Amino acid sequence: MVVKVYGPAYASPKRVLLCLVEKEIDFETVPVDLIAGENLTPEYLKLQPFGSLPVIQDGDYTLFESRAIIRYYAEKYKTQGTDLLGKTLEDQGLVNQWLEVEAHNYHPPLLNLVLHIMFSPHFGIVRNEQVIKESEEKLAKVLDVYEDRLSKSKYLAGDFFSLADLSHIPFTSYLVGPVGKEYMIKERKHVSAWWDDISSRPSWLKVLEICK
Amino acid sequence: MATPPVKVYGPPLSTAVSRVLVCLLEKDVPFQLVPVNMAKMEHKKPDYIKMQPFGQVPAFQDDDITLFESRAICRYIAEKYPNKGTAGLFGTNPLVKASIDQWLEAESQSFNPPSSVLTFQLVFAPLMKLKQDEALIKQNEAKLEKVLDVYENRLGSSRYLAGDEFTLADLSHLPNTQFLVEKTDKAELFTSRKNVGRWWSEISTRPAWKKVVEMQNA
Repeated sequence: MVVKVYGPAYASPKRVLLCLVEKEIDFETVPVDLIAGENLTPEYLKLQPFGSLPVIQDGDYTLFESRAIIRYYAEKYKTQGTDLLGKTLEDQGLVNQWLEVEAHNYHPPLLNLVLHIMFSPHFGIVRNEQVIKESEEKLAKVLDVYEDRLSKSKYLAGDFFSLADLSHIPFTSYLVGPVGKEYMIKERKHVSAWWDDISSRPSWLKVLEICK
Repeated sequence: MATPPVKVYGPPLSTAVSRVLVCLLEKDVPFQLVPVNMAKMEHKKPDYIKMQPFGQVPAFQDDDITLFESRAICRYIAEKYPNKGTAGLFGTNPLVKASIDQWLEAESQSFNPPSSVLTFQLVFAPLMKLKQDEALIKQNEAKLEKVLDVYENRLGSSRYLAGDEFTLADLSHLPNTQFLVEKTDKAELFTSRKNVGRWWSEISTRPAWKKVVEMQNA
């Protein structure tokens, strides 16, 4: 039986797909159309009670929240594929630290840009230029911290590619693409080199291929 | 008595700092709390920024590492000391651990944003003599109600969020909920929901959390 990942067309589920590809774990995808409200059906809400994407089913086991899912598989299959957690407890601490930074500092302003620029007027979002401006400013400040960090460290948690870097890929891909703010990455020398590196990994190219 | 190797930097009133303190107390890990005077912008000074480059609290140090982000610190503590204090805080097998992590992420992504806005608007803004934003309060109360409806359902079939035992997932909710229930007129959001109310009175009366509240009121 193969892991089922719901919602592959969207960014958060792609965190999970990236992880599964890096870990050489087989999976199937199940489409969920947010615009048609397929995430709000009783069947879906039984799996993911907040109506968010993704959720996975692995046999009888159901798990939601992409960052919990990737931690689970990275740990379960630690010795298979790419080691995304680091070798020591301390390495893992740093991976979790930067994964939290992504969740709390990077993701919220970027999500605002994605919702207002790409998804409005769907999901009840009315495009708001003030929100866009403030979100870009917040994100720029976070990227300045990343620029400093990445001038001293090849990847966020250290000299190894980890879940922390991986977690950034799907939404950053929106930022440099349809959101139209590639300059935010390109203007920062070390962030730019880091983005070129992580976005050219075979796993990301494979995920883009699968989700075409 | 030797100085404990574990240091936590930040004021105990900070929700993120108190999240780490309650975790250390649950795990019986001795620590030293190093004050950071945020009114004097100590968290934005170069010495602090070296530890926490975003200028946020808490920061954490032990013999082996400097870390920030309260939920990453809690995971580290629970993993470094699995058998100390409350043993099941992060589960005793990978499936249980993943379920705990799932609800910890739900707290982080769904509960924390609206509850943090309400805590700031209703508790901290008045203290800082800032004007409250009524529209923001209304909007975030509505969001929080939706999240608490999901919790009400979950806690109807599960004693704690991740299962039968108190875990990091429940712990992570203590700081914001304490403020909302004890220091605002929004206690009803929690107490009017039967299962959420039951869960809140169980987790908030644990000795470790009571000790943190004492530290906050000192």
